[in-house]
Amino acid sequence: MSAAAEQKQKIKTIVITRFDPDKDDGRRTEEYQVPVDEDWKVLDAINYIKDELDPSVSHRWSCRMAVCGSCGMMVNGEPTLTCKTALKDYPDRVEIEPLANFPVVRDLVVDLDGFMDKFKKVKPWIVRAKEEAAKEDFNEKGTYSQSPEQLATFKQFSMCINCMLCYSACPVVANEPEFLGPAAIALGHRYNLDSRDEGNDERNDIFRDEGTVFSCSFANECSEVCPKKVDPAGAVNQAKFGAVIDWAKGFVVPRGGK
Amino acid sequence: MIEVSLHDIVIVGGGAAGLRAAIAAAEADPSASIGLVSKVYPMRSHTVSAEGGAAAVARDDDNLEMHGYDTVKGSDFLGDQNVIEYFVEEAPKELALLENWGCPWSRNEDGTVATRAFGGMTVKRTWYAADKVGFHMLHSLFQHSMRFDNIVRYDEFFVTKLLIEDGRACGVASLDIRTGEMKAILGRAVVIASGGAGKVFPFTTNGMIKTGDGMSLAYRAGVALKDMEFVQYHPTGLPGTGILITEATRGEGGYLRNSEGARFLVEYDYGVGTKAELGPRDMISRAIIQEFEAGRGVPDRFGEHANLDLTHLGEEKIMARLPFVRELAKTYVGVDPVYEPIPIRPVVHYMMGGIDTDITAGTSIPGLYAAGEVACASLNGANRLGSNSLTECLVFGASAGLNALKFSKDTGDGNEAQLTAQAQEEEARIEALRGSKNGEERISHVRRDLNTAMEEGCGVYRKQDTMQACVEAVDQIKARVSQLELEDSSKVFNTEVIAALELVAMVDVAEALVNSAVLRKESRGAHTCRDFPTRDDQNYLHHSVAYYQPGARPRIDKKEVALGHWEPEERKY
Repeated sequence: MSAAAEQKQKIKTIVITRFDPDKDDGRRTEEYQVPVDEDWKVLDAINYIKDELDPSVSHRWSCRMAVCGSCGMMVNGEPTLTCKTALKDYPDRVEIEPLANFPVVRDLVVDLDGFMDKFKKVKPWIVRAKEEAAKEDFNEKGTYSQSPEQLATFKQFSMCINCMLCYSACPVVANEPEFLGPAAIALGHRYNLDSRDEGNDERNDIFRDEGTVFSCSFANECSEVCPKKVDPAGAVNQAKFGAVIDWAKGFVVPRGGK
Repeated sequence: MIEVSLHDIVIVGGGAAGLRAAIAAAEADPSASIGLVSKVYPMRSHTVSAEGGAAAVARDDDNLEMHGYDTVKGSDFLGDQNVIEYFVEEAPKELALLENWGCPWSRNEDGTVATRAFGGMTVKRTWYAADKVGFHMLHSLFQHSMRFDNIVRYDEFFVTKLLIEDGRACGVASLDIRTGEMKAILGRAVVIASGGAGKVFPFTTNGMIKTGDGMSLAYRAGVALKDMEFVQYHPTGLPGTGILITEATRGEGGYLRNSEGARFLVEYDYGVGTKAELGPRDMISRAIIQEFEAGRGVPDRFGEHANLDLTHLGEEKIMARLPFVRELAKTYVGVDPVYEPIPIRPVVHYMMGGIDTDITAGTSIPGLYAAGEVACASLNGANRLGSNSLTECLVFGASAGLNALKFSKDTGDGNEAQLTAQAQEEEARIEALRGSKNGEERISHVRRDLNTAMEEGCGVYRKQDTMQACVEAVDQIKARVSQLELEDSSKVFNTEVIAALELVAMVDVAEALVNSAVLRKESRGAHTCRDFPTRDDQNYLHHSVAYYQPGARPRIDKKEVALGHWEPEERKY
């Protein structure tokens, strides 16, 4: 590092919430004095602590380019993707906690089992009424035809990196942990909108269940914290509409008729 | 007693290759049980970071012969031609399958899948989903895999050892990171698909998890690591972080410029001919370093960089084709590529080498298969062409899954008691490692010194004396690994003990790499030696295979290259 760069270095107090079920009765905090670089993201400070000050701090991270979705944490009370967020924009004291609304495994690591179950519940794959008949729809290249416009209807909702910030921000998840939640609903909706898919009926049945789309109070917090601009709140709202229309159609046309 | 679980096959790694292997086996036999073990949740796998695309013949002006030749030439004739022929033939089917499974490929107006230009490819044959291809492929595969109830996942389990009985792979010993408990996950065949090892170097596009664990597992079990000296430097990484800026920027028409603003690939002869920015990665990375040496780099706080200029593409095209690049440049270097060039420099990206596999994805150990970056099927030879590797994960992932399944049907169960006893020993080993004080060495410092040694010895340009110094530095680092001081004795989510195990794997990879490199006294593909600046087919048209030797440097042997109808010729574009 050049002398000029070194001069710019300053110290920040990083406060990390610690919890080790082998040792601690409850959560505690630990403070670290970290010489920070002006280019650093929040994650860089945590990695510095892990490498130089306290190797017992546990956190998840990998890609450090905002696409693997591992490093979501609460930073000064806000759900934050720590590899994407500049440290210099925070005051001299930065408090880092595990994501809210999840059980904590240890330190900054939360339990994702509940989410993984919700994720699978929305059938996040291409559903065809008859799998074998699908091949008849393929073009000569062995693929479905899909226009750029058809792609555009769902593309945005396919950009979710499963970072879980939306679950941390969601006031409904806070009160009803079983709520299917923003990312899972957005994912189910993404497949409902895909021209290749025929699973709307099955997913709308799921969406009409208790604790899914109609539990959403449209607080819009999820879309505000989303680091990928997926707009899960928009997806949930559209899914509500789809679920109602599909239900109403059930009275006038036989099931499966579209 | 430790817990034991039984499957027909066990797959290590939940990225593109591992998921594809799991789906192939699960689909082929719904009654077969597939164990899928990964040290991270599958959607965190490093496939997620791939950006530019996946190659397969799709257009009427393209054919398999052309894709094959481009790949052979890109490999500097070190690719095995039978493997390459198999690959190009399977590639279009695999990418079409991904489409059928929901991958949001970008489209032409007529509804067919769109393709873009890529380095070293003569025709537009790179399928893409804007510039987040790895992300979309990984998520499509992971989501599709959830249909199959016979895929049993072990998320956040770290494999510490391959379980071998009577010379046959019969499962893995695996640490449940969350509980700290060891588990024996047994199967009649094993597929390793755990990815590359870029973190052996300090400046890399690779995520933190890319520590070569799977290479080390096979290496220590006696399988050779092949062609490890060939390390791909991607020409365009962001200074400081090494974050990847995709080759698709150049595929879509971007220019590389030096400090004088000149397109140096056009201005000077770097062997890429009229391909200019669409030359192969090894040649362009060398060109950038030569520009630096000629004093035409742009100085920055990390050293120097060249400029990747997209400003002439316009905002509309950048937002349609390269939106992630714009996000990355803005977030990580504060540059908006619509208005300003992006600073870039060559960065370690991909290991051409890996576990020695054949055309079936099989290894020298019966029942052990490997696919994806962890493997070396000799598709890529001395230099991989951009966008061949995502397709490689699918083609060889599928064949690894199917061939492992077939093997599992033709063979009996291993001896459970004997295999569990091996895993029990692993449990004792890890238990002893937690919080152990065998010396005063800190993991992060040993890792940093390993990184420095590898960068100095095995960079874009190499020299005999610096490679030799690197061989010795790795010897010393290996000794230091036995003197680590660990501070965390807890069982639950102990990432320090994982880091210690990863460091051992990284040192294994490093020693195979540098000891192979120092013996290759020629320049071929990504291995460029200043002392021997030309390719020497007379003496070096062979693979290097590195065998693990406890307490010593690896033994390096030669292995024949499978030639075919493409005769080795001078590689000039």
